Amino acid sequence: MNAIPASAALQAAPAAPPRPGRDRRDARADRWFRRVLAATVAVVLLALASAALSMLWGGREALQSQGLGFFLSADWNPVENRYGALAPIAGTLATAFVAMALAVPLSFGIAVFLTEVAPRWVRGPVGSAIELLAAIPSIIYGMWGLFVLVPVMTAHVTPWLNAHLGTLPGVGLLFRGPPLGIGVLTAGLVLAIMVVPFITAVMREVFLTVPARLKESAHALGATRWEVCRDVVLPYTRSAVIGGIFLGLGRALGETMAVAFVVGNSVRLTPSLLEPGTTIAALIANDFGEATQTYRSALLLLGFVLFAVTFVVLALARLMLARLARREGA
Amino acid sequence: MNGLAPGTLLWRRQLTNALALAASCLAAVIGLALLAWILWTLVSKGLAGLDWTLFTRDTPPPMAEGGLRNALYGSAVMCGLAILVGAPLGVAAGTWLAEYGGQRRIAIVVRFVNDILLSAPSIVLGLFVYTLLVMHGGGRFSAYAGALALAFIVLPVVLRTTDERLRLVPAQMREAALSLGVPQWKVVVQVLYRSASAGIVTGILLALARISGETAPLLFTAFGNLYWNSDLARPMASVPVVMYQFAGSPYANWQALAWAGALVLAAFVLLTSLVARALLPRRGLIHD
Repeated sequence: MNAIPASAALQAAPAAPPRPGRDRRDARADRWFRRVLAATVAVVLLALASAALSMLWGGREALQSQGLGFFLSADWNPVENRYGALAPIAGTLATAFVAMALAVPLSFGIAVFLTEVAPRWVRGPVGSAIELLAAIPSIIYGMWGLFVLVPVMTAHVTPWLNAHLGTLPGVGLLFRGPPLGIGVLTAGLVLAIMVVPFITAVMREVFLTVPARLKESAHALGATRWEVCRDVVLPYTRSAVIGGIFLGLGRALGETMAVAFVVGNSVRLTPSLLEPGTTIAALIANDFGEATQTYRSALLLLGFVLFAVTFVVLALARLMLARLARREGA
Repeated sequence: MNGLAPGTLLWRRQLTNALALAASCLAAVIGLALLAWILWTLVSKGLAGLDWTLFTRDTPPPMAEGGLRNALYGSAVMCGLAILVGAPLGVAAGTWLAEYGGQRRIAIVVRFVNDILLSAPSIVLGLFVYTLLVMHGGGRFSAYAGALALAFIVLPVVLRTTDERLRLVPAQMREAALSLGVPQWKVVVQVLYRSASAGIVTGILLALARISGETAPLLFTAFGNLYWNSDLARPMASVPVVMYQFAGSPYANWQALAWAGALVLAAFVLLTSLVARALLPRRGLIHD
């Protein structure tokens, strides 16, 4: 912002007589510097646009041959060239939903702990530890899930769910299944652990922006700490909290490696969370290497769907976050 | 004290408060326990396979001795190339945003797009580079393609930190330099970059930490290679892709190598992010 009047002054400079050669050189150098920088910005914009378009272009063959059935049919049969992508799309949504259902309360709890509950000397180390979870590469989450979490699910969680929740009418359908350990629920669990640090980071940051005088006023009126969180902190930061949740959702939808290890990779539509399923990203990671022709095209089209969905989710997240930032700035 | 008798409103409110605070402590404990559990798994499973042959021998066939030399080399080369391509682009674009874009509409759009690129699924970037380079190059996987896919991850990270850090440089610095008649590009290169260098380096290190663990964008670009290869135009191994292949295999020696690789990778990533964080000057935490 400060640069604008300054550059105006520079452009006016050549009118002054003493060193015309040097001034002109400087002005030319400045112009080129600015053009080169602007060109790199164009690269960023181009990258995003061409990423989306190239996948749509690669997927045109599948879209032509399958039509809208691509999105509505669950019949995925590469051998007979039938591609109905409902199963991976549903699997992507289901794993992301399970992940958010687990991660949002956990992140909220941790964020409240880090901003309201913990003594000051605990906050730094615990906060850094939670942030470390975000630094661990996703493939390591996948291996941990497959070798450590899956046996636990097989031995304890799945039988328990089958016995207790599986017998309920209606929702019981979700929790009935073989004790394989791999499946939508396990993938959702691993995803939840992966997105917790992101959601926590956003919540923690925005909770700290709540003016102390608001909280102090509530305390002075006799509110308990929990009531301050619920009735002062949350309403003040609501849009940013939702933005943080959407940010986590964007991550959960597109996560590949961790899911590919534990989801089971079965392209079959099933109502049960305990049965193997697949997600768009996991299906691409597993099959793209061997796919040819229409199959490859179908996977590229799926890639475009994933991109479009995450784009919308992330854009919503940014808009929500910007709303609080604007009010802060005002 | 009469209010604290069971059943009264105050008692109920205090009880809710205690339960909520306990739940929040429990959440923090769960988070820490998960971190400890994952790190413990890494150490206990990875330490067994950690010895010098890991760095001196190439990936073996099933049921044979070997190491990860080719994969470590491939990762280093591709990450290095990605930083070489992505970091200058990111710094340049970030500079434009901070110094020329300001609050203009185009700058706001670019920041928005960049933020989305920042958290876009990495497998999508792999597919993009596949259609861009591999498909048009006759289906040949190469280390170049892998590096380019990683560069697309580096770019938004570096762009964002550069933009943020440059905007933190006090306006007086710019004004002082400009009033001495220094051309603007020199102000940027010699004054602003120096002042913001720690922040920019932090961004580059964070990007490095992120790409060294990325698997998905390499699957269809650099592909993988069980043998030593230093030709950038051919498929190249990388640690995460080898881990992916080996961890899912039924062979004990491959699984052991995958865990050893995981330990090395995690150590590198955590160390890099810690260094990056240490470089960054602390920001005040409390508003108001």
